[in-house]
Amino acid sequence: MSAESTSTGGFRRFTALLAKESIQIVRDPSSILIAFVLPLILLFLFGYGVSLDANLIRIGIVAEGSSEPSHSLVAAFRASRFFKVTEARDRRELVPLLIAGDIRGIFVIPSDFGADVEKNVLLGKSQIITDGSDPNTAKFVQNYVQGVWSNWVAARQDGATNAQIFNVESRYWFNPELTSRYFLVPGSIAIVMALVGTLLTALVVAREWERGTMEAMMATPISSTELILGKLIPYFVLGLGSMAMCTVVAVFLFGVPFRGSILALLAISSAFLVPALGQGLLISSATKNQFVASQAALLSGFLPAFLLSGFVYEIGSMPEVIQIITYAIPARYLIPSLQTVFLAGDIWPLFLGDIAAMLVIGAVFLVLTARTTRKSLE
Amino acid sequence: MWGRLRALIVKELLAVLRDARSRFILIGPPLLQLFLFSYAATLDVTNIDVGVINRDAGKWSVEFLHRLDGAPAFRTIRPLADLTEARQAIDNREVLIVLRFAEDFSRDVAAGRTARIEVILDGRRSNASQIVAGYLSSIATTMSNSLNVSLAALDSDGAGSDSLVVRHWFNPNLNDFLFIVPSLLGTLTLLIALIVTGQSIARERELGTFDQLMVSPLRVSEILIGKTIPPLIIGVLQSTAFLLVAIFFFQIPFRGSLLLLYLGIVFFLASVIGVGLFISSLSQTQQQAFLGTFMFTAPAILLSGFATPIENMPDWLQTLTQVNPLRHFLVIVRGVFLKGLPAADVFASVVPLILIAIFTLATAAWLFRRRME
Repeated sequence: MSAESTSTGGFRRFTALLAKESIQIVRDPSSILIAFVLPLILLFLFGYGVSLDANLIRIGIVAEGSSEPSHSLVAAFRASRFFKVTEARDRRELVPLLIAGDIRGIFVIPSDFGADVEKNVLLGKSQIITDGSDPNTAKFVQNYVQGVWSNWVAARQDGATNAQIFNVESRYWFNPELTSRYFLVPGSIAIVMALVGTLLTALVVAREWERGTMEAMMATPISSTELILGKLIPYFVLGLGSMAMCTVVAVFLFGVPFRGSILALLAISSAFLVPALGQGLLISSATKNQFVASQAALLSGFLPAFLLSGFVYEIGSMPEVIQIITYAIPARYLIPSLQTVFLAGDIWPLFLGDIAAMLVIGAVFLVLTARTTRKSLE
Repeated sequence: MWGRLRALIVKELLAVLRDARSRFILIGPPLLQLFLFSYAATLDVTNIDVGVINRDAGKWSVEFLHRLDGAPAFRTIRPLADLTEARQAIDNREVLIVLRFAEDFSRDVAAGRTARIEVILDGRRSNASQIVAGYLSSIATTMSNSLNVSLAALDSDGAGSDSLVVRHWFNPNLNDFLFIVPSLLGTLTLLIALIVTGQSIARERELGTFDQLMVSPLRVSEILIGKTIPPLIIGVLQSTAFLLVAIFFFQIPFRGSLLLLYLGIVFFLASVIGVGLFISSLSQTQQQAFLGTFMFTAPAILLSGFATPIENMPDWLQTLTQVNPLRHFLVIVRGVFLKGLPAADVFASVVPLILIAIFTLATAAWLFRRRME
C-alpha cells in the first residue's frame, strides 16, 4: 500500500468518525442542554445574583439621650439612600437582631452626645458596632457610616472644615461609570464556559467505556489520536456555539460593551476550549466509569474555576502557594482576555500570552488523555 | 423489617464506598479544597503594582510615594515616562493604577492650594480598583491632616472621623478566615451529599437493579429510608472532619452549641439528600442525573450568600433563595460558630430545611411509586 492511499484512507476514516460523533451529539438531548440551556440559566443567575455593590444596608440606631444634635444625626442616617434604619432606645433591643443577622450594624449615640456637641462638634463621640461575622459587609457598613458621619460633621462645622490639601482625582478607564456588571458578566462567561466545556466531554466518554462501545472503537484501525480528535472536534464546534450565545446575551441583554473584534474573541474562545474539553476527556478516560467521572467533574468543574480564577477574589492577593496553583486553572487566563476584549478592545500582547498558556494546559490534558487511553488497550 | 432495612443500608454504603476511587474522591479533594479555598478567598486587595508619571520636582510627590511604598498593600512602583507608556502598562495589566503628579504639585502644597493627584485605574477590574482608590484617598487624607495639625489645633483629638469609634463584633480584626471556613464547611457538605445521592437511583435504573429492588419485599418507604440513611451517615462524618479542621487547624472560635450545630447539619443533609433523590428518581440515565445535580449545585452555591451577600441581589431573587438549603445552613453554621446563635434563631433556619426535606423526599417517594405501577 502506498503512503498516499493510507493517508486518504485515514482521512476517510476520520471524517466518518467525525460524522458519527456529530450525529451522536445531535441525537443526545443532554449535549444540547449542556451547551445552550445550562449556560443561559447560569449567565442569568450570575448577571443578577452575583453583585459586589451593596444595595440597602439594614442598621439599627440607638439614641440614648434626646437632644437636637442627636435628632439631627438620626435624620441624616434616615435621609441616606444606603441605609434602612431601625431605631431603638436601648441597645439591648437591637443586639438580638444583630445576632440573628436582621441588621448589619448598630450605631450608638451616647446620652451625653448633645452636651458634648454644644461644646465642640468634634468632641461628640459616637460608636458604630458592625457584624464582623461577614467581614465584607462589615467594611461596607463602616465606610458608609463614616461617610454619613463626616458629612454631618462637615455640615455642622459650617464650612470651617480642614482643607483637603492632597486631593485624589480618580478616573476609571474602560468602565468610567464603574458598572460592576461590565466586569462580572465577562467573568461569568468564563466560569460558565469552564463548566460547559468540562461537562460536555466528562460524561460522554465515560459512558462509552462503561457500555463497552469504546472497546469496539479500539478494535477498529482508528488510532487513539484520531479517536480523541474525533471526540474533541464536534464538541469544540458546540462549545463555540455556546460561547457565541453567551456573547450575544452579554451584549444585548446585559448591555456590556463589546470593543474588541470577533476574530480576537474567536481566537481566545478556541484556545480556551482546548483545556476545558481536555479536562473532561481526561476525567472520563481516567475513570472509565460514569459514577466516578461525575463525582470528579462535580468537584473539579465549578468551585476551582469560581474561586481560583480571579473572578471574585484577586489572584494577586492570595498566598504565593495558591497563586502558583492558579496557573493551572484555564479560566484564570480566559477572564482577563474576555474582560479586555469586551471592555478595552484588541490588545494582542495580552491575548497571545493567555492563549499560549491555555494551549499549553490543553496540550498537557490531551497528552495525558492519550496516554491513559493507550494504556488500557494493553 | 429491620433486617431488610439494615441489609439495604449496608448495600447502599457498599455501593458508594466499595470503589477505591470513589472513596478517595469523597475524602481527598473535599479536604484539599477546604484548605485551598480558605486561603484563596479574600476580598482584600494586596500586592498592587503601581505606575507613576512624576513631572513634579519637589518633595511632596516623593513624600506621597514614600507613604505609598510603606503601605503593605502596594508591591512595586514603576516610573513611567508619559501617558502612552501608562496606557500600555494598564492595557497589558502590568499595573492596576497609574498616578500622575503635575509640574506644580509641590508648589501648590507649599502655597496652601489644593494639590491634585491624578489617578488612572483599570476599570476592567473595577472592584479591585475601587478598593485601591480607597487606600489612596486615606493616604491623601492622612497627609492632609498631618499638614493641617496647626489648623486643627483647637481639637486635640484630631479630625472629625476619629471621634467615631468603630467596633467589629464577633470578629474584631475582620479576619476573612472566620467567614470563609464555616461557609466552605457548608458548601463542601452540600457537594458531598449530592455526589452520593444524585446518582444512586439513576445508576440502579440504568444498570437494571432498580427493578430488582422494586420487586423485593421492601416497601417504598423502606427503600427511601435505605437510600437516605447512608448518605446521612457519610455526610455527618464528613462535616465532623471539616469541623475538626476548622476548629483545630484554622482556630475558628466556636461560641455556640455543638448540639444545635449538629441539629442543623442533620436537617441540612436531609434536605440536600431529598433534592438529590428527587433529581435521581426523575432521571432516566446517569447522565441526566448528573446534569440535574449540576443544574442545582451551581445556582445553590451562587445564591447562598457564600461569595456575595444575598442583600445585594434584587428582591425577587432574594425570595427565590428561600428554597435553597445552603442559604439557610450558612446562616446556622456562621451564626453558631461566631455569634453563639441562640436556639430560637437556629430553629428559624431549621424549619425551612425541614420543609424542603419533606417536600423533596415525598416527591421522590411519589416518583418511585409511579414507576412501580
